Amino acid sequence: MNPIERSIVQPALDSFLNQEVYLHLETTNGAYAAHRQESKMTIGAYIRNGRISYIRGTITGEGPYRVGLKMKDGWVYAEGLTDFDLEQEGKLLLAGHDEEGRLAVALELSLEPFEL
Amino acid sequence: MDQHVLVVFPHPDDETFGCGGTLALFAKSGIPITYICGTLGQMGRNMGKPFFANRETLPKIREAELEKACKAIGIRHLIKLGLRDKTIEFEDPEPIVTRIEQILREVRPSLVLTHYPGYAVHPDHNALGGLTIRAVSRLSMQDRPTVYAHAFARNCQDVIGPPDIVNDISKAADVKYAAILAHRSQSQVMLPRDNMLQRESFWTYRCS
Repeated sequence: MNPIERSIVQPALDSFLNQEVYLHLETTNGAYAAHRQESKMTIGAYIRNGRISYIRGTITGEGPYRVGLKMKDGWVYAEGLTDFDLEQEGKLLLAGHDEEGRLAVALELSLEPFEL
Repeated sequence: MDQHVLVVFPHPDDETFGCGGTLALFAKSGIPITYICGTLGQMGRNMGKPFFANRETLPKIREAELEKACKAIGIRHLIKLGLRDKTIEFEDPEPIVTRIEQILREVRPSLVLTHYPGYAVHPDHNALGGLTIRAVSRLSMQDRPTVYAHAFARNCQDVIGPPDIVNDISKAADVKYAAILAHRSQSQVMLPRDNMLQRESFWTYRCS
């Protein structure tokens, strides 16, 4: 992955407009967050291969970045995004990494289902 | 009964961080080891430091790391259950228990190593530990292996007492360290600490 460049990511978001795409969206602070520090909660959520279609998709911010995908009946939102990957045809991977390089948030779109 | 160790953990690296030294010592003395690894750790957040993996490349990277670590430790037989990270507690337990039971009947281990249900922090650890205990409990008394359960929840000793098995693994420290390094995507942010290269502790689990 490489540091996000809005001028590359924005056209990639536009390329998925108005068609059914597969969504991977997650956030996590690590399965051991509460174990390592009692005051912390372990937080995580993910959806893999949710099927969505969006009519407007935008990346904003100065880094870390935010992405909002406007659907006919709702929204998909992620913040804290730092890196992107377009190496695989038909896939856009966005992720937010902390100072240790650990993944904290991910938003990925694909024309084909993500592997299980 | 011939000695044979069966290890059941959900994530590539559980075998290394929790009991890599103990396993290396078994392997060194010629005792065969079979490892049932539940998932490929697909949902781990560690991607290397600096990160070189992403959510989509991580499973294959961790699978390769797992094989390298098994080689370092001396685990010759690896069975991948093909489950998905973070989902074991939500699966129908029956097919998983049956699969583990089948493997128990084939391998006929003298010792099983797994996580201590309820005291192993990660929901996958607790779930697969519990399923393994259930599978062992299906064997007749004389066929049952000894079970060493690995626990590390904060204050777990307040409830389950001190571990009865404390292994000095200093003679296998270099092997364990090599296995830790093999799990590169995970270990770069989590290098050995405390007594990880000196001692490993287990609780003998009484299956009802």
